[in-house]
Amino acid sequence: MPWRRLAITLAIIGPILALLAFGFTRDAHYINSPLIAKPATPFTIALFDGGKLTLNDLRGKAVFLNFWASWCLPCRDEARDLEAAWQKVKDRNMVFLGVALQDTEKDSRDFLKEFAITYPNGKDETGKISIDYGTWGVPESFFIDPQGRITYKHVGGIRAALVVAKLEDAAKGIVSAQEGQGDYQGVK
Amino acid sequence: MTATIGHTSILLAFFMALCGVVCPIIAARSGQERYLSFARYAIFGQFLLVTTAAAALIYGLVTTDFSIKYVAFNTTRATPIYYRVTGLWGALEGSLLLWEWVLIIFSGIVARIYRDRHKDTMPWVILIFSIISLFFLGVIGFLSNPFEVMSPIPPDGRGLNPLLEDANMMTHPPLLYTGFVGLTVPYAFAMAALIVGKLDEAWIVSTRRWTIIAWFFLTVGNLVGAWWSYHVLGWGGYWAWDPVENAAFMPWLPATAFLHSIQVQERRRMLKVWNLSLIIIAFSLTIFGTFLTRSGILSSIHAFSSGPVGGFFLGFLAVILLASFGLVAYRADLLKEQPELDSMISRESAFLLNNIVLVSALFTIFLGTIFPLLSEAVAGVQVSVGAPYFNSVTVPLFLFLVFLMGVGPMIAWRRASWDNLRRNFLLPAAASLLFSLALFLWKVRDFLPLLGFTLLAFVVFSILYDTALALRARHRIAGEGILRGLVTLARRNQRRYGGLVVHLGVVLIMMGIAGSMSYSLEKEATLGVNQDLNIGNYRVQFQGLKGSQQPTHFRVEGAFRVFHNGNDEGIMNPALKFFPTQQAPIGRAVHRSSVSEDIYLILSGSSEVDRNQATLKVLVRPLVVWMWIGGFVIALGTLVCIWPMRKTDPAEP
Repeated sequence: MPWRRLAITLAIIGPILALLAFGFTRDAHYINSPLIAKPATPFTIALFDGGKLTLNDLRGKAVFLNFWASWCLPCRDEARDLEAAWQKVKDRNMVFLGVALQDTEKDSRDFLKEFAITYPNGKDETGKISIDYGTWGVPESFFIDPQGRITYKHVGGIRAALVVAKLEDAAKGIVSAQEGQGDYQGVK
Repeated sequence: MTATIGHTSILLAFFMALCGVVCPIIAARSGQERYLSFARYAIFGQFLLVTTAAAALIYGLVTTDFSIKYVAFNTTRATPIYYRVTGLWGALEGSLLLWEWVLIIFSGIVARIYRDRHKDTMPWVILIFSIISLFFLGVIGFLSNPFEVMSPIPPDGRGLNPLLEDANMMTHPPLLYTGFVGLTVPYAFAMAALIVGKLDEAWIVSTRRWTIIAWFFLTVGNLVGAWWSYHVLGWGGYWAWDPVENAAFMPWLPATAFLHSIQVQERRRMLKVWNLSLIIIAFSLTIFGTFLTRSGILSSIHAFSSGPVGGFFLGFLAVILLASFGLVAYRADLLKEQPELDSMISRESAFLLNNIVLVSALFTIFLGTIFPLLSEAVAGVQVSVGAPYFNSVTVPLFLFLVFLMGVGPMIAWRRASWDNLRRNFLLPAAASLLFSLALFLWKVRDFLPLLGFTLLAFVVFSILYDTALALRARHRIAGEGILRGLVTLARRNQRRYGGLVVHLGVVLIMMGIAGSMSYSLEKEATLGVNQDLNIGNYRVQFQGLKGSQQPTHFRVEGAFRVFHNGNDEGIMNPALKFFPTQQAPIGRAVHRSSVSEDIYLILSGSSEVDRNQATLKVLVRPLVVWMWIGGFVIALGTLVCIWPMRKTDPAEP
């Protein structure tokens, strides 16, 4: 039996199979964002209740930036938590901003009404904002410190306590290297 | 009821396949032929049962039987009947059933054709088929059951992804699957030869025609995919080096290499291990492709459905690779006696080089495809490589391949003499240099396209020149004219002349790729009514938007008048379709083809209909139409290769 040949064959096939098997341990959709600890890309967005908001105007405040869509179930899931978190921190030096993407204006408005959202929300008309932030789906949330740096990214649904905690970190400029994960819905 | 019939058929077929695995072993051990007959009948039985199951699913889809979950997820009451049928391969469960169906059809044909031949290897061929069938039936029957029922029954279904509602999607997956499954035949014969230890050329000769057919379907399947991408996806490209595309393309490379290198083995008894390895790799890649698309381990623009199926495919892949290469290693003693190459300048070495290039291309594409995994496993960061990587590594390889395509068929076996080289290549080389000079003087000034077109011309000239010489000989010997002579030549040497026609088809495809890769123009602008966008020799004038409610969606259509060199070429209407079930609008790009270039209009955005503003993207892509024409030429060449002309057995040319 030519063991040498067999060994060579195994040496080639083995690692490839192992690599493919390794693929199961991870989800291809979760890619650690290269944006963390980098300055947040500036944008201006038209808000649903009229008026415009420019990200750079929020310097000096900790910002919670949330991408969502009315058709996304995890977004519905987190909506009450986000409003609850907002009620907790709105009197501190912190801002919430929701960005609706790939959605119709009417559906977005109905969504905001249904969950009685009071913090500012706008529509990503051209999709440019979500491209700049590299969103793969919804919801995705970014935390920005008073200097305009992204300190934390959360992919998928997020709970109120975590929003508050990470905003407090952001206010102090503490960067979390690891992305958080929750329920997630891919954008088609 | 339909669901019960379907699922029961699959389960019965599963047990038949078990029979097909056990019986050949008994037949080979005991030498009792009736067990072999049992195995053969097990294959026919599976054929009937799987056909029943497929028919049941199609029946369920056509009658919109929403009690079956698969039907509810892949059709609606509004879906036209032909798209209901194509729902069979609209999602994972159904496409696995289609795969198994095609596989069992191939197995049945093989078992029937070779019922009285290859007495020693046939049990093992049937065994291999049965093992593969057993695996698929197991997955369909127990893991991803297309006949899963649903309760309560929904009033209407969710429907196919609208992008799949296209005529090409009716043909692309079945063609590709036929190509994939077709490779099972040479693989099964190769494994049988290894098991029995009968490692002469018999398995290659028996499966030659099957390999050509499989190769043909792979080629056309990929081309139709490219065509669909170009015509429906509306981004103006036909190939994006997406993992799923690579998965469909990769088996083509070793299959092509195999088609060439088996000729060396037939003539010179060389490259035995190499040929076995190529067919093992080609077959494994078809399973790997399914694994890749169904496991979700890589992200892709194609819809992935992940589930437990991926793990089973990986396990099956591991078994195939280990068992197959294990067998090759086990038979190493029988595979030794290989004569050396006589000369580096010979057809053998041209074919060997062709093989090396194809396998290198396979290696680089494979590496690029799994690179995100590799980088994450090694460095912990996911890095994907995109089109620039694939283009920069494959373009030189394919250019070299084109060169070999001009040399290989004409150069002498064993050792080419100077005389042979001069006679065959001097004129074609001179002609292609002249052609290249003409191109340069005309307007092609960049190195890569110039080189590409020169090499392509070299292939064409060498084929024409060789055929002209042969025709002259026919004229001298038998006084035959050109047409008559061509027919005689093709009859006398089907594979050679069929192959040359296929090469011409490949040249046309390469020409389309080279032209559109090197000289495409692209421009995007937001236009108001009567505003122009100028690109190349074209002027595109926006004339207004129109909205209309269609049965399944709302359609916004832009009217654009196109002028080419100042001539009014009429109006083109790219559109955006807003489906209520889809989050983003789906573009309907339009294009107009001519032999020299396509103009391609994409409506990338629009204002409210009454505000009449449109964002338009225009592409001018030279020579694209030749890719599709090349596909037809390849089909013609394949027909010449396999058409049963002489009175021999249909399976053995």
